Amino acid sequence: MGNYLSHNEEDIRIMLDTIGIGSEEALYSAVPEGLMLKGLPDLPEGLSEMEVRKEMKKLAGKNKVYDTVLLGAGAYKHYIPAIVSEVIAKERFLTAYTPYQAEISQGILQSIFEYQTMICELTGMDVANASVYDGASAAAEAAAMCRDRKRSKVLVSAAAHPDTIAVMKTYAWAAGSELALIPEKDGVTDLVALASLLDDKTAAVLIQQPNFFGMIEDAEKAGEIAHASKAKFIMSVNPISAALLKTPAECGADIAVGEGQPLGMPLSFGGPYLGFMAAQAGMMRKLPGRIVGETKDEQGRRAFVLTLQAREQHIKREKAGSNICSNEALCAMAASVYMAAMGRDGVKQAAIQSASKAHYFAEELGKAGFARLHTGEFFHEFVTKVPCGADQALAALDEKGILGGLKLSEDTILWCVTELVSKAEIDLAVSVLKEVG
Amino acid sequence: MELLFEKSRPGRSHGYLPACDTPVYSFDSSLLRETDAAFPALSENDISRHYSALEERTYGVNDGIYPLGSCTMKYNPKINEQCAALPGFTDIHPLQNRDTVQGCMEVMDLLKRDLCEITGMDAMTLQPAAGAHGEFTGMMLIKRYHELRGEGEIRNKVIVPDSSHGTNPATGAMNGLTVVSIPSAEDGSVDLEALKAAVGEDTAGLMLTNPNTLGIFDKNITEITRIIHEAGGLCYYDGANLNAVMGVVRPGDMGFDCIHLNLHKTFSTPHGGGGPGAGAVGCKEFLKDYLPEDISAAYPGVCFGENSIGKVRSFQGNFLVAVRALAYVLSLGREGVRKSAQTAVLNANYLKALLADTYEMANPGLCMHEFVMTMQKEHKETGASALDIAKGLLDEGIHPPTIYFPLIVHEALMAEPTETESRESLEKTADIFRRVYEKALADPEAAHHWPVSAVIGRPDEVTAARKPVLRWHSDN
Repeated sequence: MGNYLSHNEEDIRIMLDTIGIGSEEALYSAVPEGLMLKGLPDLPEGLSEMEVRKEMKKLAGKNKVYDTVLLGAGAYKHYIPAIVSEVIAKERFLTAYTPYQAEISQGILQSIFEYQTMICELTGMDVANASVYDGASAAAEAAAMCRDRKRSKVLVSAAAHPDTIAVMKTYAWAAGSELALIPEKDGVTDLVALASLLDDKTAAVLIQQPNFFGMIEDAEKAGEIAHASKAKFIMSVNPISAALLKTPAECGADIAVGEGQPLGMPLSFGGPYLGFMAAQAGMMRKLPGRIVGETKDEQGRRAFVLTLQAREQHIKREKAGSNICSNEALCAMAASVYMAAMGRDGVKQAAIQSASKAHYFAEELGKAGFARLHTGEFFHEFVTKVPCGADQALAALDEKGILGGLKLSEDTILWCVTELVSKAEIDLAVSVLKEVG
Repeated sequence: MELLFEKSRPGRSHGYLPACDTPVYSFDSSLLRETDAAFPALSENDISRHYSALEERTYGVNDGIYPLGSCTMKYNPKINEQCAALPGFTDIHPLQNRDTVQGCMEVMDLLKRDLCEITGMDAMTLQPAAGAHGEFTGMMLIKRYHELRGEGEIRNKVIVPDSSHGTNPATGAMNGLTVVSIPSAEDGSVDLEALKAAVGEDTAGLMLTNPNTLGIFDKNITEITRIIHEAGGLCYYDGANLNAVMGVVRPGDMGFDCIHLNLHKTFSTPHGGGGPGAGAVGCKEFLKDYLPEDISAAYPGVCFGENSIGKVRSFQGNFLVAVRALAYVLSLGREGVRKSAQTAVLNANYLKALLADTYEMANPGLCMHEFVMTMQKEHKETGASALDIAKGLLDEGIHPPTIYFPLIVHEALMAEPTETESRESLEKTADIFRRVYEKALADPEAAHHWPVSAVIGRPDEVTAARKPVLRWHSDN
């Protein structure tokens, strides 16, 4: 019923006359008769806009929205300044195509250039691309950047996000190359095991910082071990913690990747999110996807263009390093607006407050008999034992409108706290948990 | 225009967060970064005006026709945006208990069911985040199929016509397949003799768009898919051009085994300046066990077994894009889907008819949703090129067609007006195209320096690539 067409009968008649055919059906005369769909497709009848809105609201209403979120595990609910959604809702940003026509796309191109700069600042790396699909595919693309004929094996920490490992595994299987897991010990990557897994076939080592269990890895050490075997060192980092903790560059990483969702994107049941990728200058031409560069026009005016396109599929076809074409441009813009609005102090504040509140929660939980499972330092996520069982604890929290952490086993939970959660909410969660014991 | 960083002034900021209400935790200094990330310091007004200025320097679908061939830059309905902004969708954590996300799962199942019906497929995944990601996923299904039949080693070649999108051969390579490029007939359709000569025991499959990149429906399509199947290969449908035929002809009925759809093309979700898109992948019954693992398995006929290729993206993919696509399909319904495709074809043929006296067409006669013009002769005789025409169109305030693609047509201009343009818009566009053509031929030398009225002239791309400046530094 709703459609976005504008022709009336007269328009159609004039158009058909100009084309020189008698009916709209004749437009498909090239399609073999037997292939044409008999009748209309078996879809519901079209709805008016009012009905569509009602229907979609009804669907949204079947989901439960929690006031308090203590669940992270790869998707984080941080405060998003109002200006972020306002900027990315601007009609031209929303509807523009990839900025191939530079002269009428300077706005998008400049915003990507600014994004690349801020990702470099965040990671300490030299160059960043315009984004890939998400943190997991960014890790898989980074692994592909490092592989060559002599070195095709990639090692990934078992303490990385399970989806990151899964996606890396899929990409490696497709390419016919090996992916092996570095075991985890007391919540962090087992660096002794890493040393023994490395060989002259190992192209790269990937660890996540903070890792899936929220733990802070000894990344510098991992990097040293990788480099001693001439393997590249890839770090997947949380962008909020990156504003506070040692940068991938300071840890010796060759490539930094991560899930950019915490930088101003809502949870959205998993997407759209943002994969960011940055690298040392020497690996610039191996970065996949779009990259924006600054140049000048014929009159010497500042100009931005998509550059180093000789790497990409539309030029190189089967010799391209990746097939990526569309990325997550609007999410990259959201991240830019977030970082610009929060500023250097604001993003760092979000990191400090998340960590502070998480440490307060861990301590209070400890007092209530929910002991931490691991011993080392953590950022804003941590694992505790749950004496009453994970299901019972999560159900009790749910009743109070609190989305509890991720059940890792029958009696352990991965908790997450961000700056959005107040002390009162933490105290409430602790008291609920105390009651169920 | 100044960058955010150049507008930055020390001390400027806005308080978005309250003071920390728990004790502040201090990490050991050995864990901390040495210097802060140099994000700009700006007032919110500074930022707001900055992005308004950037928006002024951007061309969107709302500004006018966007006839980029193969990109389907149709109008992006507003109701879709409002649906995707509902807190009942945006505030849902991807790892929430299934009982609390029934609405999200229903959105995915409804959309999958409709997309299966439109494409003639039996199962669908919404996990891939873009078209190329969908291609990668779809070809992995084919790879898995051969692997589980013990033919993974032997069937290591994928056949791709030379008129294909660049993502097709790149996708084959990412799957460890050797790409066999076959020549196309003049109208871009598959050369049956070349195809027969290319197939064999080593054929994993074929990747094809239909209508092809010249906007022609390949009349031999069932013969093509039969040749591949008889050789033991499978057929992959690149859904980039589905907008011409949705609700009219189904890839599943043409003999394709799997397919990706660009929800950001055919299903009206916005491109966002290069993403996020979504690349739903559909397949026939016999491939469904290989689909990526997926939370939303409630829809009958979809299941995810141990033979799954695994995950291609974290969580469930670009969910909010799926919300928009569902709102669109709900609006259109069974009549609207077909009517939209038909109107896309009508509009392309009308624009083509209006331009046929001026521009040389790569193919005479009727086209599907797009058509290709060539400046080969003019370029040879006068130097006026497809690039010059494109840049001249910018001066006239409209977005140019895709240029220099497909590769098999020299000096190509590939136009896809889409169904959402009115007759007046198409007529105005034709006038502009003709005017620019005449101006370019009248003074080719001047045309090489177009555009003259955009915020910049032609950028120096050679220097950009030779001496890359990829980020701002305080000293440059």
